[in-house]
Amino acid sequence: MEIAVSTRNISKTYPGNVEALRDLSLEFPRGQLTSLLGPSGCGKTTLLKIISGLLEPTSGEVEVNGKPVTGPGPDRAFVFQDFALLPWADVLRNVAFGLELRGVPVSEREDIAQQHIKNVGLDGFERSFPHELSGGMRQRVGLARALAVESEVLLMDEPFSAVDEQTRRKFQEDLLGLVERENKTFIFVTHSIEEAVYVSDQIAILLPRPSRVHEILRPENLRTKGVSDIRRDPEYLDTVDRIWASLRSYVE
Amino acid sequence: MHAKIMSRSLNLKLLSAIVVFGIWEIAGRIPISYGFPTFFESMVALFSMLIDGTLLQAYMDTLRPLVVGILISAFLGIALGLWIGLSNWFDWLVSPIFIIMQAAPLAALIPLLVMVYGIGLTSKVFVVCIMAMPVIVLNTAGAVRNTPINLKEMAASFLGTDKDIILRVIIPSASPIIFSGLRLGTSAGFIGAILAELKITPTGVGDIITFSRSIADYPSMYAAIFSIILLAVCFLNLLEIIERTLFRGNVRGYVSD
Repeated sequence: MEIAVSTRNISKTYPGNVEALRDLSLEFPRGQLTSLLGPSGCGKTTLLKIISGLLEPTSGEVEVNGKPVTGPGPDRAFVFQDFALLPWADVLRNVAFGLELRGVPVSEREDIAQQHIKNVGLDGFERSFPHELSGGMRQRVGLARALAVESEVLLMDEPFSAVDEQTRRKFQEDLLGLVERENKTFIFVTHSIEEAVYVSDQIAILLPRPSRVHEILRPENLRTKGVSDIRRDPEYLDTVDRIWASLRSYVE
Repeated sequence: MHAKIMSRSLNLKLLSAIVVFGIWEIAGRIPISYGFPTFFESMVALFSMLIDGTLLQAYMDTLRPLVVGILISAFLGIALGLWIGLSNWFDWLVSPIFIIMQAAPLAALIPLLVMVYGIGLTSKVFVVCIMAMPVIVLNTAGAVRNTPINLKEMAASFLGTDKDIILRVIIPSASPIIFSGLRLGTSAGFIGAILAELKITPTGVGDIITFSRSIADYPSMYAAIFSIILLAVCFLNLLEIIERTLFRGNVRGYVSD
């Protein structure tokens, strides 16, 4: 199993001596989806932002493909919890925005964006503005923007937490397809135990104050099941129970 | 559908104009004061001044400090506002000046300005700037400071440079408030231009107002006041059109709110 991203002895202390992460080490296998799961305030998002290069760790280091991370890079793309779409730009420009910042010429980046808009099922909405779309459609735009830059690593910060339950289920199914199709490494932050077990190859359970890795779980056989059979699988149910058992004492 | 809404809003605007002018006409006919002409008398005076060229001549004088002052206020104001919004130490250094400028009673400062810069164009431009600039600077700075963090992070994570982030995220995101500052600043600039002509040297439209009052030609006086208000309204509408064409998605609300 090849490692795409690894974090070594990461600590992060915010100004005012708030310790968010302590000595956290974790490895993310290539081509797989790893969830960071834990109660709120456990530093999942902090860790994701450190991997993305948006935040600098107080100590420790992050490596992507063996190269140390010093800031945002072309090998990683971010999907935001609140979508972070430009309200003044239409769908086409939003999806192409990552390429725009990379200096890709207009016609080329619009062709690429067009393709990804189609792939996420937003055909015909190229000229719509974000406020004209539903929450689910907005996140599809956010996903298309991240896919358009062709990064190897996709960082997803609770991407489905702001959409309704039905859309969320559809997204989770689509995500499984995406992981299978694209040879990308997914790092997925969530606070939902069911979601983590449903979509992950590997689940890292983080415990709060200061955050550390409590346990790493690797559901073995869920990948071979069909998208609609996973939730009935005994392994799925057992894993969910087991995670809840280890987390429940940390939830106030 | 869209055209229908547009025509309805146009109809409402016309209706409100008719109501206001009607009340003006009635108030002039009562009359509420001997110094208050009717709407029609004022319009007759306005057209006669338009035809004999007095008004055009007057506006040539009035518009010079107004346009120069507003251009300076807009460009310098937005630039300073950006800088203040982006840098804390520049904020501490410069913001107080504009807060004081905004609070200061301008009429009391005019003698001081005249003493330093004389009675020419410079003093008048200063008056326009003092009126127009603070709100432009402070609005811009506030909007820049309040750019949603998630949008800045998004641009940074997709490899945006500082310049990209300023040009493609911060400025467009601040533009609704920058434009509202420009609108407020421009209307204040109009007040400043007329105030300068009333307080420093009577030229242009200010001269028409002062002179026609002194000879009790009230219709001309009100015509001049009416014309400057009309001009200000047209200019504000122009600004709105510019804003709407530049930042289409912004006008219809924010997604992340």
